[in-house]
Amino acid sequence: MTPLLRMEGISKRYGGVRALEGARLACARGRIHAVLGENGAGKSTLLKVLAGVVRPDAGTLELEGKPIVLPSPAAASRAGIVSVFQELSLLPDLTVADNIGIVDPPRIWGLRWGLIDQRAQRRRAEAALARVGAEDIHPLAPVRDLPLSRRQMVEIAKALARNPKILLLDEATSALTASDVAKVFRVLRQLRDDGLAIVFISHRMPEIAELADDCSVYRNGKHVASFVAGTRTDAEIIEMMIGREHTSVFPPRPTHPPSEPPALKVTNLSWAGRLRNIDFAIRPGEVVGLGGLDGQGQRDLLLALFGALTGVRGTIEVNGTPVTLSSPERTNLRGGGIALIPEDRKTEGLMLPMSVRDNLSFAAIDRFRRFGLIDRAAEDTAIASMIRLLGIRADGLDGPVAALSGGNQQKVVIGKWLMTRPQIILLNDPTRGIDVGTKQELYQLLHTLAADRAALLFYSTDYAELIGCCDRVLIFYDGAIVRVLEGDALTEHNLVAGAHNLATVPGAAP
Amino acid sequence: MTAARLRSQDFRYWLASHRGPLFAAALFVAMFALFVTKHPAGASANVLNTAANKGALLAFVAMAQTLPVLTGGLDLSVGSVFVMTNCLASTLIAGTPGQVALGVAIVLASGLVCGVLNGLVVVFGRLQPIIATLATGAMYGGVALWLRPAPGGDVNEDFADFMTGSLHDVVPFSIVVLAGAVVVIWLPYRRSVLGRAAYAVGSSEQAAYMSGVPVARAKFLAYVLAGLFAAIAGLLLTCLTYSGEANALLGGSYTLNSIAAVVVGGTSLYGGSGGAIGTIFGAFALRTIGDLLFVFDIDPLSQPLFLGVVLLIAVSLGSFRLLKVKKRVDLYR
Amino acid sequence: MSTAGARFGRLAGPFRRIDRALLAAIGCIVVLLIAGALYDRNFLSPDYLLQQLQVASFLGVIATGVMLVVLLGHIDLSIPWVVTLGGMMSTAAAGHAGLAGSLAIPFAVACGLGIGIVNGIGVAYLRVPSMIFTLATNAIAQGLMIVHTSGFAPEDHATPTMHLLAVERSILGIPNAVWVWAALGAGAVVLLRRTPFGRRVYAIGNSERAVFLSRGNVRRVVVACFAIAGACSAFAGVLLAGYSTKAYQAMGDPYVLPAIAAVVLGGTSILGGRGSYLGTVAGVVLVTLLQSILSIVQMPEAGRQVIYGAVIIVMLLVYGRGPKVVS
Repeated sequence: MTPLLRMEGISKRYGGVRALEGARLACARGRIHAVLGENGAGKSTLLKVLAGVVRPDAGTLELEGKPIVLPSPAAASRAGIVSVFQELSLLPDLTVADNIGIVDPPRIWGLRWGLIDQRAQRRRAEAALARVGAEDIHPLAPVRDLPLSRRQMVEIAKALARNPKILLLDEATSALTASDVAKVFRVLRQLRDDGLAIVFISHRMPEIAELADDCSVYRNGKHVASFVAGTRTDAEIIEMMIGREHTSVFPPRPTHPPSEPPALKVTNLSWAGRLRNIDFAIRPGEVVGLGGLDGQGQRDLLLALFGALTGVRGTIEVNGTPVTLSSPERTNLRGGGIALIPEDRKTEGLMLPMSVRDNLSFAAIDRFRRFGLIDRAAEDTAIASMIRLLGIRADGLDGPVAALSGGNQQKVVIGKWLMTRPQIILLNDPTRGIDVGTKQELYQLLHTLAADRAALLFYSTDYAELIGCCDRVLIFYDGAIVRVLEGDALTEHNLVAGAHNLATVPGAAP
Repeated sequence: MTAARLRSQDFRYWLASHRGPLFAAALFVAMFALFVTKHPAGASANVLNTAANKGALLAFVAMAQTLPVLTGGLDLSVGSVFVMTNCLASTLIAGTPGQVALGVAIVLASGLVCGVLNGLVVVFGRLQPIIATLATGAMYGGVALWLRPAPGGDVNEDFADFMTGSLHDVVPFSIVVLAGAVVVIWLPYRRSVLGRAAYAVGSSEQAAYMSGVPVARAKFLAYVLAGLFAAIAGLLLTCLTYSGEANALLGGSYTLNSIAAVVVGGTSLYGGSGGAIGTIFGAFALRTIGDLLFVFDIDPLSQPLFLGVVLLIAVSLGSFRLLKVKKRVDLYR
Repeated sequence: MSTAGARFGRLAGPFRRIDRALLAAIGCIVVLLIAGALYDRNFLSPDYLLQQLQVASFLGVIATGVMLVVLLGHIDLSIPWVVTLGGMMSTAAAGHAGLAGSLAIPFAVACGLGIGIVNGIGVAYLRVPSMIFTLATNAIAQGLMIVHTSGFAPEDHATPTMHLLAVERSILGIPNAVWVWAALGAGAVVLLRRTPFGRRVYAIGNSERAVFLSRGNVRRVVVACFAIAGACSAFAGVLLAGYSTKAYQAMGDPYVLPAIAAVVLGGTSILGGRGSYLGTVAGVVLVTLLQSILSIVQMPEAGRQVIYGAVIIVMLLVYGRGPKVVS
């Protein structure tokens, strides 16, 4: 049977970097196709070629057996290819209904050059939202007022409303709640049964296992293998992705003397109704995790501890001394200070067009100041040793940091903060969207930092990470800590139970 | 069940999305009421007419500014197009009604041409609007000087009086023209695909492109229509003064005031939200402030200072919403 | 090792890009010099060129401040009346004998600094878009000057020091104004390239949010840049008053377009985050030469304006274009 879609020999270079080299992909009608690979493997680029966002340097595209060229997203859309990318294509100031109908809205009297029929557009939007089970979203709500998970649902509804022949999803469910993901998967399976071809990228193995019919693995821009889902073990797949044997190993956690005074102590912290009476302490060398469902206040706590929120009540003590964190500048404390690895590395952690060097030295730049001027030699030495320490791979350190892979970018963000020699490190989901290999390196790094007496507060949505990296996990529910899990009680079962505020297996402190 | 609940929230959403223009309208009405009460002649036809004409001039130039601003751009040549079309009109709006009609058509067309040039340079030349329209503005100013090296002109007075007079001595005709422009040009534009595309581009050009929105065409049309609105203003000025003058300072002042009117009217300078109706009220509000100062006998030498201070306060008003922001980091784009 | 990535068009290799703009600006300067020389042999005489540099210095002082603000991603439209304010305040203070007279220049600069600080507070703390806020402060500065002069041209004269700085050639026969500009420029280069402050300026132009979350103290940097820009504009007003020996209404108006054009033609992105001072110097010289040539060929004002605008557009089309959307 001729595949619905076939890409052959796709190559794309960006400057000196080969994002794709002779890559290929073939999808059949009525099949869900997972695209796997590390960051830098070329998955996103491949999908972007298909979506018309990127023009390949070489290669051919065939749709239903006929060759086709896609010079723009509009062209891809006309060909029946609809995509949902990580960077949402929603317009924040426009309403949900306007967004869903943005490309081909219903016109008054059906005239092709006519004005937009607002009422029909609204009905269309309501139908699209109902299809993905998101009827609670008001069609006239401006998209900028919706939380990220709702926005992703609107994005998916918008894609489905275009009646695609081929649906491309790139990490489209990353911010969704579990129940939303279940709803979306249901719809996707239904579309698959109706004959749609779906291509999706995800870093979550459970998702792939649940949804995919076929899989294709890419490495370093090249196609490695394609197989029917379920015919390879997870270990085999990972090996294909990183090209070497791999097991996920978390360095063992040492025990801590309980009498040591805490590096960070938080008492009765509250904020805007989103954080309520938070109490905890972290000793030097401890790694404390924040668990629970997304959006229960974990990220807000990290921002509060970094001075990025106003109206925070309660006491924060660093090394026994109370501090007022009215701005991030106030986190520059003697003895180390507090560092935050932010949620979105591209917009919050890095200045993308600036060089790797400038990004690395940015937070600590005052360290290299002599008589008001920057001591370039000292700066370069410090940068070089940080690059070595973190194993940052960049072809050009003077080139823009935007050209690095996601994993290396995150390393630059961490390196930037390590240069300030922080005593307390806050991490906001640091391994999101990062390839397996770099994740390993980061886990080892966290272990080393803790061993060097830093105190770490670590938010993650990945249970394995929380269990493997943390000494203790504080489970958040509705802005308060409902459980503290440690030792034998720190299991996946208890993490899930605690997140839903259910009883956990004994061993947990209430 | 859910649908009914959603529908009950409709009015709230409408209100929220029209907050800017409603506020500007309220502001204008309040100030104008104050002005009319204090004015010795009260709400007479003459007073209304003068206020309407002055306000309409700025309103049209500000409408011209609104469209590129919606796309996230800017047009710093609107004042120059205004002055240039004024000079052109002063040479063409003369003679028989037929000649006058032709003259009007040519003047409006010249505005469109200026808009096309701006659009070409910004959209297809991919030059930054600020500097590109500053440069084209200089060019249009030069053309104005060439047309009218010295102030003057021969204008068909009947036509001019009609344009700047009042229908049945009550409704100023300039308001009728303004309303007509809104109904015939602005409202259909706003509801058209390219008009909404302008909002989309201003909201997020990247997302608009990814969604398949016709970005280039939307931007281009915005600049073209801007030229048209500025030309209408130039025509009106000719009717008001019976002449044309290549006054660069006037053009510059109108350009800057058009930006102020856009902001006061509730349109965001970053693009993506707002509209011409709010801008019209913003323009009238700005003009009324000047009139209020006059009517309250504020020393004419102090009036520019007053106006400056009022403008500063007006644009800083939006900062009150900052007090509500609890996430300091959200203040930074 | 392969790296993922989108293409960053004009932003890949920022050094490459700036050099290209600088080269293009220098190329345009050469073209203009040749064109001028073809028209009149004296165009290339040292005396005339020094005179050009002198005139360029006034614009250069303004452009220095403008560049700082543009690097942040903002714009300062209060230039016209802060320049005028500088001129008028310095000549007014000069009218007072004794101590007040010798403090004329610092006084005027302090006034400009004050307005700059107000601009900075409005933009950084009140988060009002810089375009509209500086427009408002411009109107206020104008209002203040109208009150001060009661609408007439001021009778005050410039101090001898002002005249010395603006007109005389005390060292090596080079106009003092050029030395002043050079000193200011040297300070700007050191500030931008060798200090943490300079790093933060470029960084804010690239991503304010990331700078905030990196302890970059965004607000203070923004206020400082606007303050410096205000001081520069006022100082330029002082120099201009020294040149004409008195201040006059709207003396700053002719400098807005040239200042912004000079900065942009020198390779500084109007969106912020990119640009070198050397480029701004080239841009200033370029704009000054262009204006001079247009006045030498004795073209009527109308034609001059059209050509001025057209040439700027052409130059921008050559090397000031934005990136294509599709990569």
